[in-house]
Amino acid sequence: MTNESYQCIMAQRPEIMQASIGIDYSRYAAGAIAFDYEQLLDDSGYSIEVVREIQSRTAVGNTPLIELNNITQLIRAVSIPGHGARVFVKDEAANPSGSFKDRRASLPVYEAKQRGYSGVVAATSGNYGAAVASQAAKAGLQCIVVQEAFDSKGIAQPEIAEKTCACEAYGAEVMRLSVGPELFYVFLLTLKQTGYYNASLYSPYAILGIETLGYELALQTRQLTGRFPDVVIATHAGGGNVTGTARGLRKAGAVDTQIIAASVDLSGLHMASDRDFNRKSFTTGHTGFAMPFTTWPDRADVPRNAARALRYLDRFVTVTQGEVFYITEVLAALEGLQRGPAGNTSLAAAFAIAQELDEEQIVVVQETEYTGAGKHPIAQLNMARQMGIEVTRGDPHGNKPGVKIVIPEHPTQLHAAEVDLNQMRRSYIHHAIQALPDNQVLSEIDMEFLAAETRTNNAYVENVIHEIHRTS
Amino acid sequence: MTEPVKPGTWVEIYHVILDAGERAPQLPEDTRHLPLEMRMKGWLVETASLNEAAEVKTPSGRLMRGTLVAINPAYTHGFGGPIPELTPIGSEVRALLRNKGLFT
Repeated sequence: MTNESYQCIMAQRPEIMQASIGIDYSRYAAGAIAFDYEQLLDDSGYSIEVVREIQSRTAVGNTPLIELNNITQLIRAVSIPGHGARVFVKDEAANPSGSFKDRRASLPVYEAKQRGYSGVVAATSGNYGAAVASQAAKAGLQCIVVQEAFDSKGIAQPEIAEKTCACEAYGAEVMRLSVGPELFYVFLLTLKQTGYYNASLYSPYAILGIETLGYELALQTRQLTGRFPDVVIATHAGGGNVTGTARGLRKAGAVDTQIIAASVDLSGLHMASDRDFNRKSFTTGHTGFAMPFTTWPDRADVPRNAARALRYLDRFVTVTQGEVFYITEVLAALEGLQRGPAGNTSLAAAFAIAQELDEEQIVVVQETEYTGAGKHPIAQLNMARQMGIEVTRGDPHGNKPGVKIVIPEHPTQLHAAEVDLNQMRRSYIHHAIQALPDNQVLSEIDMEFLAAETRTNNAYVENVIHEIHRTS
Repeated sequence: MTEPVKPGTWVEIYHVILDAGERAPQLPEDTRHLPLEMRMKGWLVETASLNEAAEVKTPSGRLMRGTLVAINPAYTHGFGGPIPELTPIGSEVRALLRNKGLFT
């Protein structure tokens, strides 16, 4: 075994992490599995005012909140009379690299600079890479982005190819890999070889940077309508978007706003499958990330993930690929906004959810993202056809990821499918018990931690544990 | 034998990071039998030929080795032809609002 072999580098994970992110996560351990989540975030030392000030230096944030009047009218046209909430969207495409990920990248890059690192490394195939590259360019730091980019035939996912191009435009070095979770090994090896900073998507800094999004949209909604949003819908993958937005809303005083996560349903496709890689049509905001990360956040590239969606979610829904493509067309045609797929996942859900609400209620879709070559429904559907996927119009219930993409024929067909949050909570607790070190038992602190993690109470957690033991 | 490529040319190199047998244990069947491949770009350090070993200096200043696979590698992603299932949607929803007099 060479000292750079897979096993050898993976075994050095704790030391590489410690050196590359500068946080001693062991300080926050509280029980057999518990850790002090709030302290981990507080110790970063950034108040929301300071974060806003740092972000404003690179023109990050302060994006417009746009009322989607025509889409609201379309919703009302298909709703029960008196129903159909007003829908707004936070136009995060107005950030420097074109997505809310600039907020997420701002503090990690700022920290790297403050701490004297000469460069940053990020493991990401999406907007976050471009955001880190953009922030690093402005800060005068080197940047390496590690992407899962192409399948074994060398065919690149068009959206990821667009991100490669964007990252390179910002002066980043892009390591493009074939399909597989060993991207994490390459990431660790690169951190070790370069001594650069780990600009993880899941560090406290990354999550604190998103809080400004929730904070701004709460205040903007109140300014425009006289009230806080009734519902905020966030596209959900690794959990950072939901976590940061919800925390920001609370900090602005919007404590009663309902937080709904929306993901594209990619059930049946395997995230580490070379065959499925170019059959997903979406690179993020989908269930392939959302399900595993919601039910066990600590699978991230840091020891403790600061994105913990179950702590904040009121509701979780999925939409189909075809519904997202449909609403993307509607947004362009009715609102004059051509935007990328990420925010349109939550917009598709908002279209259905707004129909449940009264006319005076407010729904905010909390992001848009830029669009362009590769990162576009036309490119994705051409790729789908190349991969042998049927593309048709009809009832989106017939959508089958990897086999058939069904574009709705009429707006009445848009539907937000409920994900059972209790099932997510049980799955989370199950993972926590599996993670319990041998010969250790759950203490009172652990029980309280699990209750906070699942937004439940000790009795709920005890019941679930009892159920798990009875059935195992 | 291809034309030698001059130092300083922007190129792409290819390298197998892990052979099939060295990969992570939890992979699905179709991925398990494949190598983990890498492609990256940089400026050629010394004269080399296509499909032969080469060294590049990357944008972050690192020296990386691999097989030279492309010279001035193109960005080939694009939109492609319009999708017939998408093109009518805009007109449909506009008509729906217009017929009901709902455009704001």
